[in-house]
Amino acid sequence: MTITSATTAATDVSAELKRLPLDTAWKSVLECATLEVFEMMAATRLTPCIPPELTPHAQPATPTKTQSGLIAMVGMAGVLCGITTIHCSSDTAIRLASKMAGTEAAKDPNIVSDAIGELCNMVAGNFKAKITSLADHCMLSVSTVITGENYALQSAEPSESLQVAVLFESSPIQISLITQS
Amino acid sequence: MRKLRILIVDDSAVMRKIIERALRQAGLDLGEVREASNGAEALVEVQKGSLDIILSDINMPVMNGLEFLKTLPTIPAAKGVPVIMITTEGSEARVVEALSAGAKGYLRKPFTPEQVKERVGPLLAGVS
Repeated sequence: MTITSATTAATDVSAELKRLPLDTAWKSVLECATLEVFEMMAATRLTPCIPPELTPHAQPATPTKTQSGLIAMVGMAGVLCGITTIHCSSDTAIRLASKMAGTEAAKDPNIVSDAIGELCNMVAGNFKAKITSLADHCMLSVSTVITGENYALQSAEPSESLQVAVLFESSPIQISLITQS
Repeated sequence: MRKLRILIVDDSAVMRKIIERALRQAGLDLGEVREASNGAEALVEVQKGSLDIILSDINMPVMNGLEFLKTLPTIPAAKGVPVIMITTEGSEARVVEALSAGAKGYLRKPFTPEQVKERVGPLLAGVS
């Protein structure tokens, strides 16, 4: 399955705004926003770790990358155009949903998607709230969650990304900010 | 002393559970907890009456939180029921719009039980 970035649709909204370039200093902000959201809303303390592919600076995002498990996406439009994503295994998603909604509720796949989508939404919102130049000039979309195996994300425009990797009870979770350049 | 009757409006079932849990952790004595997944469903619940407070998300499908807030004055049963808006976005403009439309306060996600108590508690003084 291939998912094409939906951020193009938001381009018209932000056409009159001057876009901000991706700032590598935002990586620590994204990490901080992520840790806060998971601790406050999922009652879990994540451990930052080094991503499999070390990315100390913004790099062009891989045009097409095969993924598996579960990925939640929230679109951003305005002075920053792109998406925030959370990617984890299905098992990790279920355990996170259990923390948020209870073990019984997390047996429902819809609840699991809902939980990860909300986490992604809050990470994106918390991230932009921490950056003054974004707070009032960047809108968020509702979240989209994709589950399955062997799918790919493909952006229609050149893009850059910041990656944050964390561990939840030894299981990796990757948070990405992918912006159109 | 009676238990509080609340309405939680959010398109996320998980978030509705989290909000209810945070209210309980904040020490509020909850009785009837009603839920709605958008503004239109919430209006139906409000018409049933007997609410002490409403907590509503802003970004929702069908009818968003701001539209819901602006429609509330047309419902007699909503008179005097405080509304707290819950937002993921840090947009000052959104908060100002909500307060101008009649919200008594706002809560930004993510939140702690302490922050919930700080925002909701004063609005319920004398209720329970």
